[in-house]
Amino acid sequence: MATVILLSAFIISIVALVFFIVAMIRGWFDPDSKGAEVIFASNEIGRPEDPAASPEARRALEHDAGAAGAHAPDEDELGARAAADRSSNTITFVFMCCAIVWLLAASFAGLTASIKLHEPDWLGAYEWLTFGRIRTLHLNALGYGFLPMAGLGLAVWLLPRLLKTTLVGGNFALLGAILWNAGLIAGLGAIAAGISDGMEWLEMPWQVDILLVVGGAFVAIPLVLTLRQRKVDHLYVSVWYMGAALFWFPVLFLVGNVPGVHFGVQQAAMNWWYGHNALGLFFTPLALATIYYFLPKVMGTPVKSYALSLLGFWTLAFFYGQVGAHHLIGSPVPSWLITLSVVQSMMMVIPVFAFSVNQFYTMRGKLRMLIHSPTLRFLAFGGLMYAASSVQGSFEALRSVNTVTHFTHYTVGHAHLGLYGFVAMALFGGMYFVMPRVVQREWPYPKLILVHFWLSVSGISVYFIAMTFGGWFQGLAMLDAARPFMESVTLTLPYLKARSIGGGLMTLAHIVFAAHFVAMVLKLGPTRDAPALFYQPKGERA
Amino acid sequence: MRSEKPLVAGALVMIGIAGLLLVAIPYVQLKDVQPPKGLKPYTSSQLRGREEYIRQGCLYCHSQQPRDRRQAPDAERGWGRPSVAGDYYYDRPHLLGTMRTGPDLMNIGARQPSIDWHLGHLYQPRAYVPGSIMPPYGFLFDVKEKADPGERVLSLPPEFAPKGMVVVAQPRALDLANYLIALDRTYPAIDAPADAKR
Repeated sequence: MATVILLSAFIISIVALVFFIVAMIRGWFDPDSKGAEVIFASNEIGRPEDPAASPEARRALEHDAGAAGAHAPDEDELGARAAADRSSNTITFVFMCCAIVWLLAASFAGLTASIKLHEPDWLGAYEWLTFGRIRTLHLNALGYGFLPMAGLGLAVWLLPRLLKTTLVGGNFALLGAILWNAGLIAGLGAIAAGISDGMEWLEMPWQVDILLVVGGAFVAIPLVLTLRQRKVDHLYVSVWYMGAALFWFPVLFLVGNVPGVHFGVQQAAMNWWYGHNALGLFFTPLALATIYYFLPKVMGTPVKSYALSLLGFWTLAFFYGQVGAHHLIGSPVPSWLITLSVVQSMMMVIPVFAFSVNQFYTMRGKLRMLIHSPTLRFLAFGGLMYAASSVQGSFEALRSVNTVTHFTHYTVGHAHLGLYGFVAMALFGGMYFVMPRVVQREWPYPKLILVHFWLSVSGISVYFIAMTFGGWFQGLAMLDAARPFMESVTLTLPYLKARSIGGGLMTLAHIVFAAHFVAMVLKLGPTRDAPALFYQPKGERA
Repeated sequence: MRSEKPLVAGALVMIGIAGLLLVAIPYVQLKDVQPPKGLKPYTSSQLRGREEYIRQGCLYCHSQQPRDRRQAPDAERGWGRPSVAGDYYYDRPHLLGTMRTGPDLMNIGARQPSIDWHLGHLYQPRAYVPGSIMPPYGFLFDVKEKADPGERVLSLPPEFAPKGMVVVAQPRALDLANYLIALDRTYPAIDAPADAKR
């Protein structure tokens, strides 16, 4: 086995080297943004757009872009885009409402679990609230509730825009969302009652999983139909990420949940192939698709190197799929498997580097926009945390580091940096952009967006720092045979308490977000007219 | 990129390679692993206890995979020799775990063979391990004035026992304790197939 792997690694490196030389000679990676310009109407580049910004902030943004009033984008193209938005409004709205509900449920479950770890007797008499269940409810409500609902909702909204057509077969997605959420409610109920398949990320009983599979398939139908109706020649990079994610997830979910096949140690390998790919091949691509569309859109600047973004896509697709076994270092799975995953984890720096370099060069010289655009703040922070958590993850997979961090809270901190700092923050950014378009109304209190952002950032910072240090010390204590095991438990207590504070801040941020969302939908609070914000055909303008 | 065909084909190939390497090949490699001679199948009570272990989410804080002496002092802590694939022959689903908020349980039955200790510890962990942050599982027990015949009464330290009442274990608590006691893989791993060893 080792020889085969060594040989294939050698051949792959030679092929890669040849590819690299050819790419340099042909100039494939020279800055070229032809493909990146498809998300703009003609004469629209240079015009920033942030529906979540207040009117003053919007003027400041245009000033930052150095192009106040200089742009008159093609009216027909804007009209077509407005029609595309209208076609997906209802569906997106349903997805976003579900996302908000699951976000709140998951936050409270997570906070309860966190407090229970340092106050073990609190609410100890309630079986469904015991740590082992409420922690699992938190994970599933996020992993199968908030993240897919927000991610798929954004995908449904983005696709007609990116394909310059209207959404076809939207009612399938509606039915899919209903089935998915029904399945999720049943699954969470089962977990609360103690009915579980017993594997991390795969807890929901397989009978319930059928609902999610069928629901997911229904969501995919309009995306396929819309793709066939497209009026663009070029598929933008966000379409790649979303399309691939929607294709990968059912494969993963089916293989992971098929009953009666997997056994013992092999099941552990499959478990983490699934677990890490749910992050790497589903949540990550959805969040990256969000950033790749909204970040350039808000700034009015096409992505700097489009070729680099495609390199990032394919390297992510290849490497990320194989990193799962780094969760099993030290376990009795075949050692070649662990070595493979360690190597591919390190290779993940390539897609991350490709993305980060691109983000940096796209934003360079326009960082002032971060002050004025609430959407951009979330997206840029998410992109930054993608780089941070991925690089951290690569090193965490090394045997020497993993020996300390495995089995400790360090891993929990890392998981939250990735799923919250990166994925959730990017999705928040997308939601702030999309919602004003969907409900045809501006966010009533722009200051609350700022509050949400800073509560989230401080919450995840406290959380991550506490878990990183606490987990590291816990790991060192466990490796020292001279120290009793209990020492590795007691020394984490202050860090666990700090984690609850961080989690509390994040929960507070989500309450603010949800309240703001409700106020917007119910038309509470001040209404501002926004002539520049919503495209309306001539003559209908207020 | 003008067509979705290369995208779909490429995505399929990528996940195919990953699935082949992490799911299919380990399946073929491990499917003929036999249980070591010392490993006994679970009894029906132990299997019910294993279900209870999953129902209460024990696996989120306890691993079942002692590491090699060269990597970590798991053996010095009394957690046992490094596990081999054959040790998990009867384990469906696997319960290897990813956290050690509490200690590894691969050999808890060898370390702590007393059912009274396990029952009392499940009822109130802090009665036996000061400073423990394990949740109490009082709902697996009944507190009553007088035990019925055949019921197992807990002998708790006086300061943790309810005044004037007795605590009796529900059947599922007994099953869980039986499962924990059955976690004993101290038999030699030698006769496990060479292929399955790390």
